[in-house]
Amino acid sequence: MSIIETKKLKKIYDDSHVPVKAVDGIDITFEKGEFAAIVGPSGSGKTTFLNMLGGLDNPTEGEIIIDGINIWDMKSRKITDFRMNNIGFVFQAYNLIPVLTAKENVEFIMHLQGKSKAERHKRTRELLENVGLGDRMDSRPNKLSGGQQQRVAVARALASKPKFILADEPTANLDSKSTATLLDIMERLNEEENITFIFSTHDARVVKKARRVITLEDGVVISDEVK
Amino acid sequence: MNNYLKLGWRNIWRNKRRTLITIASIFFAMLFALVMRSFQFGSYDHMVNNVVQSYTGFIQVQNKDYWNDKVIDNTFSISDSLIDLVKSSYNITDVVPRLETYALASYKLQTKGVMVIGIQPSVEDHLTHLSKRIIKGNYLDDENSGLLVSERLAAYLKIDVNDSLVLIGQGYHGMSANGIYPVKGIIHLPTPDLDNKMIYMNLKSCEYLYSAPDMLTSLSLNIKDPHDLDATVAELSKKLNSNTYAVLSWKDILTDLVQQIEIDDYSGQIMLGILYMVIAFGVFGTVLMMTSERKREFAVMVAVGMQKTKLSFIVLIEMIFIGIIGTIAGMIGSLPIIIYYYLNPIRLTGEYEKMMEAYGIEPIMPMALNWEIFLNQFIIVLILILIAIIYPVGSIARINVIKSLRG
Ligand SMILES: Nc1ncnc2c1ncn2[C@@H]1O[C@H](COP(=O)(O)OP(=O)(O)OP(=O)(O)O)[C@@H](O)[C@H]1O
Ligand SMILES: [Mg+2]
Repeated sequence: MSIIETKKLKKIYDDSHVPVKAVDGIDITFEKGEFAAIVGPSGSGKTTFLNMLGGLDNPTEGEIIIDGINIWDMKSRKITDFRMNNIGFVFQAYNLIPVLTAKENVEFIMHLQGKSKAERHKRTRELLENVGLGDRMDSRPNKLSGGQQQRVAVARALASKPKFILADEPTANLDSKSTATLLDIMERLNEEENITFIFSTHDARVVKKARRVITLEDGVVISDEVK
Repeated sequence: MNNYLKLGWRNIWRNKRRTLITIASIFFAMLFALVMRSFQFGSYDHMVNNVVQSYTGFIQVQNKDYWNDKVIDNTFSISDSLIDLVKSSYNITDVVPRLETYALASYKLQTKGVMVIGIQPSVEDHLTHLSKRIIKGNYLDDENSGLLVSERLAAYLKIDVNDSLVLIGQGYHGMSANGIYPVKGIIHLPTPDLDNKMIYMNLKSCEYLYSAPDMLTSLSLNIKDPHDLDATVAELSKKLNSNTYAVLSWKDILTDLVQQIEIDDYSGQIMLGILYMVIAFGVFGTVLMMTSERKREFAVMVAVGMQKTKLSFIVLIEMIFIGIIGTIAGMIGSLPIIIYYYLNPIRLTGEYEKMMEAYGIEPIMPMALNWEIFLNQFIIVLILILIAIIYPVGSIARINVIKSLRG
């Protein structure tokens, strides 16, 4: 069974004079363990699509079914809890809590989930070592480079043991070396631990690493290639 | 919970300068409010205690008609059962009987209208320390039938100790009341008005003079716990027959003083209001900035699964931290000032001195050292902070996660 399935997914913004069809009917499925890139020109609907998958933005029409649950049937508070337990997020930039150290940022979600102290500490150490930051656990975000911050963000996204990770242009603010490091880490996590990644990007080098490339244009899927 | 406290604590130090400015505004407002209120309450207590303890007593029992028509016909009979009844209230410490009325006092060529008060010298002394006011001669004892004459009155009459003064008045139910009495002592009364007209005499002689055996115009009562004043008045009113007696607290008797205190208190409250506004707007501005500049961060936190209510809770904790630091600093800062002036009261001069003396009050302004003032201000300021942050914290609930993430 697929972990994500969208049915006739649409998002129409009609707050301006001309309604904008940001996502215009997407039917797609994702399987466990995918490493999928969503590409397309600026304004093609990548962010909008990912936000709907992540339970952040509600569709105008259609359904998103995650593990058999139509997520937009849930009430807002429920969706927030659903995100906490099922979906990992990595954003473009500045998405760590600035007053918390790397370790505390990773622990944060586990705190919200009510995990025990022992479990939190063990998992945090594992995750940060996994992204190569075992020695920077006690640094605050402003003492870390952009690439290091994104690696912490990946560790944090994994902390709650989500079903999949959504990343909207995770490398857009990174130099090429940091981009390569981050991608290697994501790829390794995907291969070794079967973690599902769905990410949008403009970067050809990132696209090259993806094993599935979905191209959007004007809110519709114009190609869906599996390598 | 610890997690939220930690987060809140660190968050307030993200913008050190702004946090310190907010804390400072609370600190100064709190300091000023505490010093001002301690001054005010201290001087009220001083004034009230002075007048109440030197003259009226905290409570008076009178004939119900006496307050409106102070004539000797509006008296009541003293009896042991009445005194026992009054004393049965736990709060009553002293019961001081008085018979107050008027007379024409005449010595040689001088004549003047005077106030005559019949007292039980030892009992009276216990309440008002009248014997300490003797400047010449001796205090009355319970047996003798002499007079104490106030200083200015004595000067007017050109009378001295051991001279004999003639009193002419009207006794109970129109009986004539004439007598001649030796002056035993001259007393100084701080209130010029009283000092011009007072004559004290033994209660028994006074009753005899006015043909009012065992009659009183008032019982002045001293109490243990001023906090229970109203309850004690109510208790006595219930016990005593209201067709015969009226029970008045000092507030009913000293209406002028009460009014002055009220006016002063009111102006103090206006000042407090202004200080509270300073605090409220300072806090409001700070929270508003704090929440608006962190929208993106909040959005990320909500995106990864934090409920908005918990976010609001963190901001609440932050402001409570700031509020508590500011108020406690204000309390600690004001303590040395308040303690200093509590121990070394400010001495008043000029107008104030005259005003206080007119009430027979030592012209000093001691500070109250009263933890209730501190507690009150602390609670009020915290409540104020809570009110000031309702809107900004509420706005967290309205954060649009998508917009804030894009922004
Ligand atoms: N809140 C909004 N109100 C109106 N229109 C919006 C809103 N958000 C997005 N859009 C429009 O929806 C369309 C899709 O935007 P979206 O951000 O999803 O594109 P994108 O593929 O992520 O672009 P980019 O590569 O620049 O990030 C665009 O035309 C955009 O202008
Ligand atoms: Mg985008």
